[in-house]
Amino acid sequence: MAETTGRPRVLVPTGYGLNCEAETIYAVERAGGCPVAMHISDWVHRGPSVLDDVAMVVFIGGFSFGDHIASGRALAHLLRARMGDALARFVDEGGIVLGICNGFQTLVKMGLLPALGRTAGGPLATQQVTLTANERLGYRDAWVRLRVDPASPCVFTRDLGDLVFSCPARHGEGRLVFGEHATYEALSAAGQIPVRYVDADGHPTEHWPDNPNGSRGGAAGLCDATGRIFGLMPHPEAFAYPENHPHWDVGAGEEPIAARLLGAGLTHARSS
Amino acid sequence: MESQRTVRRIEIETHPRARFDGRAVDPTARDLLDKMRNWVGIVPRRIATRKVYLLDIAMSDAEAQRVLEALVDPVGERGCLGRLDDRADDDGTLPWVVTVHFLPGVTDVVGRTVRRVVSDELGRPIEGAAASGRQVLLWGLEREDVERVAREVLYNPLIERVRIERPPRSDDVEFPRAGVPQTPPVRTVPLRDADDETLLSISRKGMLALSLAEMRAIAAHFRACGRDPTDAELECLAQTWSEHCKHKIFSARIDYTGPDGERRIVDGLFKTFIRAATDEVARNRAAAGIDGGAPFLVSVFHDNAGVVRFTERDHLVYKVETHNSPSALDPYGGALTGIVGVNRDSFGTGIGADLLANVWGYCFGPPDYAGRLPEGLMHPRRIRDGVHHGVIDGGNHSGIPYMRGWEIFDPCYAGKPLVFCGTVAVMPVESAGRPTHEKPVSVGDFVVMVGGRIGKDGIHGATFSSLELSAEAPVRAVQLGDPIVQKMMFDALTEARDLGLVSGLTDNGAGGLSSSVGEMAELTGGARIDLARAPLKYPGLAPWEILVSEAQERMTVAVPPDRIDAFLDLCARREVEATVLGTFTDTGRFEVFYGDAQVVDLPLEFLHDGVPRMELSAEWSPRAVTPTSNRVSHPSVADALLGLLARPGFASLEHYARHYDHEVKGLSVVKPLLGVRGDVPATATVMRARHGRDEGVVLAEGVHPFYGAFDPKVMAHAAVEEGVRRVLCAGARIDRIAALDNFCWPDPIASEKTPDGRFKLGQLVRCCEGLYEACVAFGVPLVSGKDSMKNDAVFEGVKISILPTLLVSVLGQMDDVRRAITLRPSRPGDVLFLLGPPDAAPVLTEYERAFGVPPGDTAPPPSPETCRSWARAFVDVRDRGWVRAAHAAGRGGLAVALAHMVLASDLGLDVVLDSVPADARAVLFGENLGRYLAVVPDEHAEAFAAATSAHRIGTVTETGRLAIRRKGRTLAALDVDTLRRAYRTEEDAHG
Repeated sequence: MAETTGRPRVLVPTGYGLNCEAETIYAVERAGGCPVAMHISDWVHRGPSVLDDVAMVVFIGGFSFGDHIASGRALAHLLRARMGDALARFVDEGGIVLGICNGFQTLVKMGLLPALGRTAGGPLATQQVTLTANERLGYRDAWVRLRVDPASPCVFTRDLGDLVFSCPARHGEGRLVFGEHATYEALSAAGQIPVRYVDADGHPTEHWPDNPNGSRGGAAGLCDATGRIFGLMPHPEAFAYPENHPHWDVGAGEEPIAARLLGAGLTHARSS
Repeated sequence: MESQRTVRRIEIETHPRARFDGRAVDPTARDLLDKMRNWVGIVPRRIATRKVYLLDIAMSDAEAQRVLEALVDPVGERGCLGRLDDRADDDGTLPWVVTVHFLPGVTDVVGRTVRRVVSDELGRPIEGAAASGRQVLLWGLEREDVERVAREVLYNPLIERVRIERPPRSDDVEFPRAGVPQTPPVRTVPLRDADDETLLSISRKGMLALSLAEMRAIAAHFRACGRDPTDAELECLAQTWSEHCKHKIFSARIDYTGPDGERRIVDGLFKTFIRAATDEVARNRAAAGIDGGAPFLVSVFHDNAGVVRFTERDHLVYKVETHNSPSALDPYGGALTGIVGVNRDSFGTGIGADLLANVWGYCFGPPDYAGRLPEGLMHPRRIRDGVHHGVIDGGNHSGIPYMRGWEIFDPCYAGKPLVFCGTVAVMPVESAGRPTHEKPVSVGDFVVMVGGRIGKDGIHGATFSSLELSAEAPVRAVQLGDPIVQKMMFDALTEARDLGLVSGLTDNGAGGLSSSVGEMAELTGGARIDLARAPLKYPGLAPWEILVSEAQERMTVAVPPDRIDAFLDLCARREVEATVLGTFTDTGRFEVFYGDAQVVDLPLEFLHDGVPRMELSAEWSPRAVTPTSNRVSHPSVADALLGLLARPGFASLEHYARHYDHEVKGLSVVKPLLGVRGDVPATATVMRARHGRDEGVVLAEGVHPFYGAFDPKVMAHAAVEEGVRRVLCAGARIDRIAALDNFCWPDPIASEKTPDGRFKLGQLVRCCEGLYEACVAFGVPLVSGKDSMKNDAVFEGVKISILPTLLVSVLGQMDDVRRAITLRPSRPGDVLFLLGPPDAAPVLTEYERAFGVPPGDTAPPPSPETCRSWARAFVDVRDRGWVRAAHAAGRGGLAVALAHMVLASDLGLDVVLDSVPADARAVLFGENLGRYLAVVPDEHAEAFAAATSAHRIGTVTETGRLAIRRKGRTLAALDVDTLRRAYRTEEDAHG
């Protein structure tokens, strides 16, 4: 994997209504990466070779094409057609992909997550699960607590033990729908649910408000079988400073998760 | 491959398995069910929802099948070409099927994205369009109930059509096609020889909102030209001269009689009070050497938003607007357009700023309003819901966090709601080597329209808002914004700014191209454009309509000739439409063509300075404030506090506010809602402005319409004072505060319709005097402002006028956000101080509005100078590090402020009022100015007391209880759960 000035290059696609580029770029920098923000139209224009010297791609949050049809649907449709195979190959060759919020929705609807049954070198999987309207309708902005599954292969979380961390969740369509029970069971057993919403006691929860969308088993994110593709609904990149935490004002904050999580992913990017 | 241009219909519904591990009803249906139950009391036995798309795009059947698959979620949904099966309920009942589509010409953002997906899927350029609709299936209702639900919950006849059917349904492929093939001709309006009656009739019938004097001035101008005006010229003048754009009342010469009978001439309110306050503050700052060589005021009053100095790298930009009339007609669309419109104001300052944060504030009729509403008015709760929803979507989709949000309720706002929306931006001091706050437009630069296309939407918006609201309001005055098109435009224009491709830009808002090009033309001394080049949403717009349309998401940009290719290429790559309409000139004229035909030829001097100045008369003397009821007995202090906390406007706003994003950009420091449960409104909010920097922006506001009923001058003092006090509580520098004024007034021009116009104008004069006094006293310049002067509604012969309402939005700064302070106590044993006056001011307090009796004896409100001395005293002890938490007592008085501190911390407060001289009820529920609550560590308490005149009124405890005592008697002892139950009453009503 090529590097520039010693720091791994991280592609941050932008445009079409995405809007979390500033905090994502800052988090990548703080994590020791070299962010390369690029409008998706430029990426599509230049073609898959853009990925050649990139260690990681971060699909950011926002409202791609307004999420008008369904969240992430129009962008996923565009990217699957134009970049789907290139992204599959990128991951097969050791590349790392992170999707946050709208980025996660896009990865799921492209078929990059959870990609059950896909083997390296094979074609892109079909869409197997979906993200849809929160059980309580409407966008909600509130901090949540997530517990890491220590058994997950996810490269971003596997060095974090069973850490519980906070960050804001901000979405209207974050409820993971697995379609079949077996899908949920298979993903859970394989550690492909790396983070879950937890209640005050630290237990995974399906109940509002600790779980903002009603996802089964408190599932807040998914990874693929290799652990190199990770997507989640909440926004770790938005907890960049101690003062982002809602209780910092009374000295009850936490260590910011943004650079820590991104940095953990980058560690594996370097060694791949 | 055979392609057919027939309209295809697609219907999509939730797949049963998507509810597999969720609950029984889909969330959209459940939300509608709540509204039906709460708004109209009608509950169907079962409900389901669907999405509907109409495709007016040529494609083969096989292609249509592929498009269907691209649009339907394979896991969560199922859909079909044509109609889905309308299944009977278990007992065999068929549903009512309610289908809602947009009317032709209404912005359909979903349709636009569907078209995009179709184009991507087919992999070829396509002709035609897509339209979206929605369908609701209701089981177990009678037809009249379905019709009522449709009318009051499911659709708005101003922008949508509805079809109510029982299965089997007919095939509805009626595509909303707008426009006509032919362009209407340019008409000449015979004006030169018209008598007064004809002039007035032309103005009225054309919705021009031009007065007789103005019509006469136009007629005189064209007599001198030896010709009659075209319709485009008349429309252009009407927009440019509208109250909305020209602020004629604020520049009028006013013969004013004050309270003591003294009479004087006010030579323009803006010049005499607003501009004068800012100039005076600037002079005082210069004399005191506060700013060194870098003046605080960078650009004020002449651009789209005010600009002040912040760091060596960035300035701050701020603008607050109102969007009242459109929000009354289409609350969702009107409010959405309000927020995305003010985004363009702050963005369009200089050559472009980076949007940082939104603010909103609403004045509504009471949500529980039970009186009869005249036909044509929506219920306040429907307006409230729609307005929130619109600003939520507008802000969230634009990726801009909100930082301030508030609501005030009173029946006076049932006719026209007030919808304040504002945007703070951060502007690089330089971009591409040039000062960003300037617009260096040169003769020969191209006039380029960027963003959305032009339709009939929003025609006459500027003149419409200059008239009172009535049942005859024109449909086309309602616009609907598309925040995604706007976001893509902003992204592209920001790139263009940083590449040095742009020499100026401004918003296409009120008045459309006639205002934006007409105003920018002043920078070079002329402009010439061709309307035939302007991209239209549909054919058949008359040239004058193209000129004044307020279709959203458009900016007018000046681009130098040597940059135009790069600029157009960038926009093309970003899929942002950009069209060269003409050039900036120095002919002194605004020249508009449609192809070869000239349709406007106006001297800039006449266009901008030809409006005759109004001569008005005003008087003001105090009037008794009528109490809201005749109740004479006081509730207990505890009951009064719980009662206030449960009132709309005081009760938790979390139910609405959490739908607004306040974290995007990752810069938040003190959020709009804070505390253990995150449900208490912050005194002021704090955020970083740039990543990697610790300087912060501090935001708050003051708005006191009920002071205005007592004395508009004190309302202005109160608005400035409270806004300033709030940002100081959060840690703002006292020497870096700027303010914005937004006046919302009932029509203040005496006429048959407004017999008390002189008094209402007198209130305005009095308010402006107060604003001047307070700003000068605090050293706070006004950097931008806006007025909305026709907030009356006439329905069925009944006139509802708002209370005069002044909003002062305050923009503070701090050097290090890590020193920010909140209202939240954290250490038991800390000491609570009250700094400022103990008395109640003689205003209509919330206590009196709730219980019909004033809380106690009153004293005159303190002067701005006295308030300033308290502010300085507070800042002095704050900056010594002696203040651990601080809060401002505002509406609802000290009692509500104390409750906030308990609710935020789950700790207790032991409050003892023995040291405060005034009556306990007056202290607790009076709403006087200048009252700071400070939580001080015990070790600093003595020094704090010595350094200030503050009263020591209590201590922080671990009890989780607010106890208020006086002379050994307990007035209230309320635990935090009891407070919270009252505080969240309204929210719980929403389930």
